Amino acid sequence: MRASWLRWAIPAAVVPVLMLLAYGFKTNPHEIPSPLLDRPAAAFTLTTFGGSPVSLESLRGKVVMLNFWASWCRPACYEEAPTLERTWREYKDKGVMVVGVDIQDRAEAAQKFLAEFGHSFPNAPDPAGRVAVDYGVYGVPETFFIDRKGRVRFKQVGALTDEIARQRLDTLLKEPW
Amino acid sequence: MIPELGYGATVAALVLALWGASAAAVSARTGRLNLLHSGERAAIGVWVLITACIALMLYAFLTFDFSVRYVAFNTNRGTPFYYRITALWGALEGSIVLWAWMLSIYTLIVVVQYRRRQPELYPWVLSVMLGILAFFLLVMTIPAPPFERLSPIPPDGRGLNPLLEDSGMITHPVALYLGFTGFTVPFAFAVAALILRRTGEEWITITRRWTIIAWYFLSLGLLIGGWWSYHVLGWGGYWAWDPVENAAFMPWLTATAFLHSVMIQERRRMLKLWNLALIFLTFGLTLFGTFLTRSGIIGSVHSFTQGSIGIFFLGFLALVLLGSFSLLASRVGRLRAEGVLDSVVSRESMFLLNNLFLVAAAFTVFFGTVFPLLSEAVRGVKISVGAPFFNLVNIPIFLALLFLMGVGPLIAWRRASAENLKRNFLKPVLAGIVVAALMRALGVGNALVLTAIALVVFVAGTIALDLFRAVRARRRSGDGWPAATLGLLLRQNRRYGGFIVHLGILVVALGVAGSQAWSVQTEVTLQKGQTVDLAGYHVRFDGLSATEESNHAKVTGAFTLSNGRRGETVLLPGRKFYPQEQTPIAAVDYRLGFLEDVYLVLGDFSRDGSQATVKLQVNRMVSWLWLGGLVLTLGAALAILPEARRPA
Repeated sequence: MRASWLRWAIPAAVVPVLMLLAYGFKTNPHEIPSPLLDRPAAAFTLTTFGGSPVSLESLRGKVVMLNFWASWCRPACYEEAPTLERTWREYKDKGVMVVGVDIQDRAEAAQKFLAEFGHSFPNAPDPAGRVAVDYGVYGVPETFFIDRKGRVRFKQVGALTDEIARQRLDTLLKEPW
Repeated sequence: MIPELGYGATVAALVLALWGASAAAVSARTGRLNLLHSGERAAIGVWVLITACIALMLYAFLTFDFSVRYVAFNTNRGTPFYYRITALWGALEGSIVLWAWMLSIYTLIVVVQYRRRQPELYPWVLSVMLGILAFFLLVMTIPAPPFERLSPIPPDGRGLNPLLEDSGMITHPVALYLGFTGFTVPFAFAVAALILRRTGEEWITITRRWTIIAWYFLSLGLLIGGWWSYHVLGWGGYWAWDPVENAAFMPWLTATAFLHSVMIQERRRMLKLWNLALIFLTFGLTLFGTFLTRSGIIGSVHSFTQGSIGIFFLGFLALVLLGSFSLLASRVGRLRAEGVLDSVVSRESMFLLNNLFLVAAAFTVFFGTVFPLLSEAVRGVKISVGAPFFNLVNIPIFLALLFLMGVGPLIAWRRASAENLKRNFLKPVLAGIVVAALMRALGVGNALVLTAIALVVFVAGTIALDLFRAVRARRRSGDGWPAATLGLLLRQNRRYGGFIVHLGILVVALGVAGSQAWSVQTEVTLQKGQTVDLAGYHVRFDGLSATEESNHAKVTGAFTLSNGRRGETVLLPGRKFYPQEQTPIAAVDYRLGFLEDVYLVLGDFSRDGSQATVKLQVNRMVSWLWLGGLVLTLGAALAILPEARRPA
């Protein structure tokens, strides 16, 4: 009889949709795909707070972790700040460069932030916001992982963790150069 | 003190709602009236307690009681009075309270209205509504407690999301939630009817006005949302196919389908199963919308909050969908159509097509919205389909719907004769073609816009023709034109209310087509005193000024707008800097017009005020969206008037 299979088929039709939605809990909405992935990273030349120049061009051959931050970005930038410094100390002798770009900030506040966390990697203000625009930064913090050939390979939106940083850098360092 | 009182009221309301739902269900099975009365008292108690929650929350907001976490996170000492009230629903926890409160009011109205009139269905309806209410109270108790205590008490709060400091935020959520919660009533009646195996037209007739009211509020909520997006977000658009927008749009589509398909059941006793499925789907989609926007499974430009609440909503959604569809399936034998489809050229089949297209549109919106999830589940990469996908698929669907909007209401039932078709449609079709040709000759090149205009004229023509004939017929009884028209509208309010709603949709459709096709914009950096020209307008940059508002700093640019014909107007777009926000918020300034709006957004500027970047848009026909909303309101109001007399 027609009705007997409908009895099961109608409610069963709902199940796959519910399963898909449940799957959503396992995914991370912060992993936003960037159109920049696997494309050459935009070149930039900035002057660090210390007064020395830093450019992407000069870092070719190194894996670059490019972090956009601001002193007013609470709490995420404050959460990830120790991670950045730890990662830098752990990886600086393995061919990794960490560069911080401070956007839409006041110099005093930014320097207080750097002093508070004792950042020893180069950090530079982005006065006109040009670099942030080139990288399509939507909010801070955002971190871009650039491989030795100068291509953007990963993008992290929101606070970085030690695990993510390690995993991304190890992947890029393992690649042949 | 307030956190404890509020939490106590919530838990008490939850217990009462659960008791009331069970008592009503048992009384429905056993017929024990004392249990039913107990359930009714529980419904009243729930309403009183939730009202108390609202009052407590308002009191906490007005007195800056930062011991309540929700208050501390959504207001600060600078928040203006007005927004301390709307902050009540400015975030997740409070919106759930608002939702529950509206639902409790609807439940009370159901008690008052149907206690005597529907003695059989009523106990089950009460049980279902209190059960749903219990779910929202559960959400208020565990995953999203509005009265959570914050300790230590901070000296000042974080402040309301600045985007919500807008008058649209008073009405938008209220309208939207009145719409969402409104569908609970037809849903509850549908469930009750199925449980009792009363699968006739009864539940549809009883809930007809509820459905129209809910549909109307949902439409209004969508339009006000568009208005908010247009004048607050500062990108010059009103609709972006964002998941949050889609979440409200999907139930609107299925509800629209439902509003139409019930007419076939009432008239021809067909589509019984389909109508039940549609109302279940609509109610499910209102829950899904909340799930989608609150669970954080899909990223959105305005995903306001996230948390464990998603799991609760998914569980409830599963319960509702599996429960209602299983119930439906178990009664499938009783849901056979009594009428048959006689001809493809008939009102039944036009309505069927309308339903097909509306559900197809809902499905594509659903598909596009969950696509990032789907692609990640299947291929491991998260890909979003953006506006191009939605537009590509939906534009043809909506054009087809426009066409059906003209044909459906006037074509004959069962089988339309060539005479019927010619009498009702020949002149409107010609009018549509002539107007489109005229527009083409006047230089409108966009094929989509021409099609839309032709269809709009066609539909408006059918309505005008029908109204004209009906009024002329009434005039034979001696009334003048105005009296005859008014008499007709009131006597056949359902039919003509529907027509006026259709006219409202036509106006909105023209607004959408015109604004998409004819709006222009430019972005320039101006030195002080420099002028930019666009579409006959000249905009001169006159300088910047900075002000300190109660809770933010604001930089305002002064721009003088002239177009050679009328005098000069000063527009003052600005950027607002909230200490708690990471990026400045645009304060758009605009001059609205019937045919075009001038819309100005201030971008970056130099600190000394010598130069500023500005986005200038001339947006065509956007005002028609809001006008359409007004027409829609008139039509809906007419349609929900009680039908005093049967149409002749």
